[in-house]
Amino acid sequence: MKRKSYFTFVVALMLCLALLTGCAGNTAKPTDTAESAAPSESKTEPSGGQQTETEPGTSTNNAPIKLGGIGPLTGGAAVYGVAVANGAKIAVDEINALGGMQFELNFQDDEHDAEKSVNAYNVLKDWGMQILVGTVTTTPGIAVSTEVYNDRIFALTPSASSPAVIEGKDNVYQMCFSDPNQGIASAQYIQDKGLGTKIAVIYNNGCAYSTGIYEKFVSEAETKNLEIVSITTFTDDTANDFSVQLTEAQNAGADLVFLPIYYQPASLILSQANAMGYEPEFFGVDGMDGILTMKNFDTTLAEGVMLLTPFAADATDDLTVAFVEKYSELYGEVPNQFAADGYDSVYAIYEALKDSDVTAETSPSDLCELLIDIFSGGDFVFNGLTGENMTWSKLGEVAKSPKGMVIENGVYVGMD
Amino acid sequence: MTFLSYLISGISLGSIYAIIALGYTMVYGIAKMLNFAHGDVIMVGGYMSFMATTHFGWSPFSSVLFAMGVCTVLGILIEQLAYKPLRSAPSLAVLITAIGVSYFLQNAALLIWTPNPKSFSSVVPFDSLRLFDGQLIISGTTIVTIVACAIIIVTLNTIVNKTKIGKAMRAVSEDKDVAQLMGISVNKTISVTFAIGSALAAVAGVLLCSAYPILMPTTGAMPGIKAFTAAVFGGIGSIPGAFLGGILLGIIEILGKAYISTQLSDAIVFAVLIIILLVKPTGLLGKKVLVKV
Repeated sequence: MKRKSYFTFVVALMLCLALLTGCAGNTAKPTDTAESAAPSESKTEPSGGQQTETEPGTSTNNAPIKLGGIGPLTGGAAVYGVAVANGAKIAVDEINALGGMQFELNFQDDEHDAEKSVNAYNVLKDWGMQILVGTVTTTPGIAVSTEVYNDRIFALTPSASSPAVIEGKDNVYQMCFSDPNQGIASAQYIQDKGLGTKIAVIYNNGCAYSTGIYEKFVSEAETKNLEIVSITTFTDDTANDFSVQLTEAQNAGADLVFLPIYYQPASLILSQANAMGYEPEFFGVDGMDGILTMKNFDTTLAEGVMLLTPFAADATDDLTVAFVEKYSELYGEVPNQFAADGYDSVYAIYEALKDSDVTAETSPSDLCELLIDIFSGGDFVFNGLTGENMTWSKLGEVAKSPKGMVIENGVYVGMD
Repeated sequence: MTFLSYLISGISLGSIYAIIALGYTMVYGIAKMLNFAHGDVIMVGGYMSFMATTHFGWSPFSSVLFAMGVCTVLGILIEQLAYKPLRSAPSLAVLITAIGVSYFLQNAALLIWTPNPKSFSSVVPFDSLRLFDGQLIISGTTIVTIVACAIIIVTLNTIVNKTKIGKAMRAVSEDKDVAQLMGISVNKTISVTFAIGSALAAVAGVLLCSAYPILMPTTGAMPGIKAFTAAVFGGIGSIPGAFLGGILLGIIEILGKAYISTQLSDAIVFAVLIIILLVKPTGLLGKKVLVKV
C-alpha cells in the first residue's frame, strides 16, 4: 500500500512538471499574442515579438494582419484540414517574403465538429483575428458562418462547399464551387461530351456535400433528358460493401456511374466493381481528387475515371509547378485540391487588400465591409491555382470554370 | 442468381463480423467486461500487415503472422496496463477505461500513420471464381474469409472445450473466486484470453482490409460496433452465438440493402436486433443465468 501511494505521488509530480514545461515551451507565443492584441501600447516596437513569423519583414516594420483558420487537423477528416492549413501556410510565407503587407496565420483544429469549431472560432476571436480563412468542412462551416455574420468578421472558406454556409450571410465567401454548381456542371459535361446514355448514381445520403450535388444533378439531368436508371445510397457507417449498389447499377444496364462522393468510398467502389467484372465509365466530382495520391492505391483501377476538379497537381503552368514543388518539399506529398484552395484563399485576400491601407489595427468590422465591397464589387478578378478569372457574386459564390479531367496511366489528363 | 451473389456478399461480410465478434464474446464471457478497444486492435492489425507488405516487402502470409504477433503483444499489454489494475473495480469503470484505450489507439494511429487513407492490397493471391458462365462471381477474398472464419470457429471451440487452458477459461467464466481457490491462475487465464482475442482481431483486420481495401485510423471503429451488435445478437459470451450472430447480421445488412432500401440498411439491422432481444433477452444462443441473492 505504501509503495502504491509513493508511486502515485511520483506520477502526480511528473504530471505537474510536464504541465510546467509545457508552459515554458510556449512562452514565446502568449507574449507575442498579448503584444499584438494591445497594439496601441506597443506600437513603437511591434517587430520585437514577431521575429519568428516574419523574418524579412523587418524592413517594412509592419505588424501582420491576423488571419484565423479553422479546420480538422485531427480526426477522420484531417486530410482536408491539414492540406488547407499547409497550403495557406505556404501562401502566408510567400506573401511575407515579398516584404509588403504581412500576414500572421493562426490555424485551429475543429475535428470536423460544429461545436468544437465554434470554440476554435472564439479562441481566434480572443487572439484578435481580423479575417477568417475557414472553415474547411461544411457542417462546422454552417455553425461558424452564423457567428461570423453576427460578429461582422469577413470569412472566405477554402472548401466548405454547401450553399448553407453562405446563405443569407453577406460576409461569407467561398473559394470552392458550391455543391449545386458541381451537380449542374457535371450533368452539362456528361451531356456535352456524350459520355453516357444510362446513368447510375451512388451517393452518400448522410453527407450534405454528396446529397447537395446529387439533388442538383438529378434535376439538371431531367431537363437535359439524361436517363438515370439507378439511384442508390450509402452512409459513412455502411461505406464498406458496395456490391448491392453496383449490382443494381449493372442490372439496370448503366454505362456511366456518377459518384458525387469523396475518394475513400470511391476507391472501394472502383475495386469492388473491378472484382465483379463491371466496367462502366465512372464520373466523379472534386471529392474524387486525392484518389491517385492514396498510398499504395492500385491506379490501374482508376484508369479512365473522369472527374471535374478545379485543380490538377500535374498541370504545367508555372504557378502550379512552383506550388507543387514547394509543397512536396515541405510536406513530403503531392498537394490535393484542398491545399490549393487554402493557398488561393490567402492569396485572394492578399490581392484584395494589397492596394488598400489596412493595417493590423484596422478593426475586423471595417475590414469586413471593405472586403465585401471588393469581392462583390464586380471588378475583382482573381487568378489562382484553382481557376482563372474567378469572380464572386453578391451571394458569396465563386464563378470559375471546372476542368474536366480523365485519369490515364495513373495521372490526370485534361479532357478539353 | 443475383440473390445468390447477394447472399454470398452477406456471408462474407458476416464472416468478418463473426471473427471480430468472437473477440468481444470471449473477453466478455471470461473477464465479464466489454473491451471496446477491440475494434481498434483490428485497425492496428491492418496497419501492421500493411507495413509488413509495403515497407518490409514481406509475403502476405508472413505479414498476417506479423500482425497477429504484434496484436497479441498489444492485447496483453492493454490488459496488463489498463484492465488488470481495475480487476475489482465496478464494471462501469472498466467500460470507461476501455473507451479510453480505444481513443488512445485511434489517436496514436493518427500520429504514427497520419489520417491519410491508405489503400490495402489484398493478402489473398487467388483470382475470382466464376460460376454459371460468369453470372456468379465470387472473389478470392470472399472465399478465404469464409474458410478462415470456419477454421477459427472450429479451433476456438476445440480450445475452449477440449484443452486444459480451455477448462480454466470456462472455470473463470463461471466463478472467478472459486476458480482461484481451485488453483487456477485467474490473471494468467484472462491474459491468454486477451492474447487469443487480439490475435483474432489481427486476422479480422487483415481480412476486413482485404475485402474493403481502405485503411484509416478509424477503420476498425464501425465494424467493431457492428460486431459487438453481432455478439449481443447471438448471445454475448457464447462462441457459436458470436458466429451465428455475425453471419446473420451480415446477411440481413446486405439483403436489407438489396431488397428493402439502401438508405435503411442499418436501421433494419438494429430493428432486427431489438426484436430478437425483446423475444429472447439473452440473444439467440445466450444462456439464461439465474442469479441467487
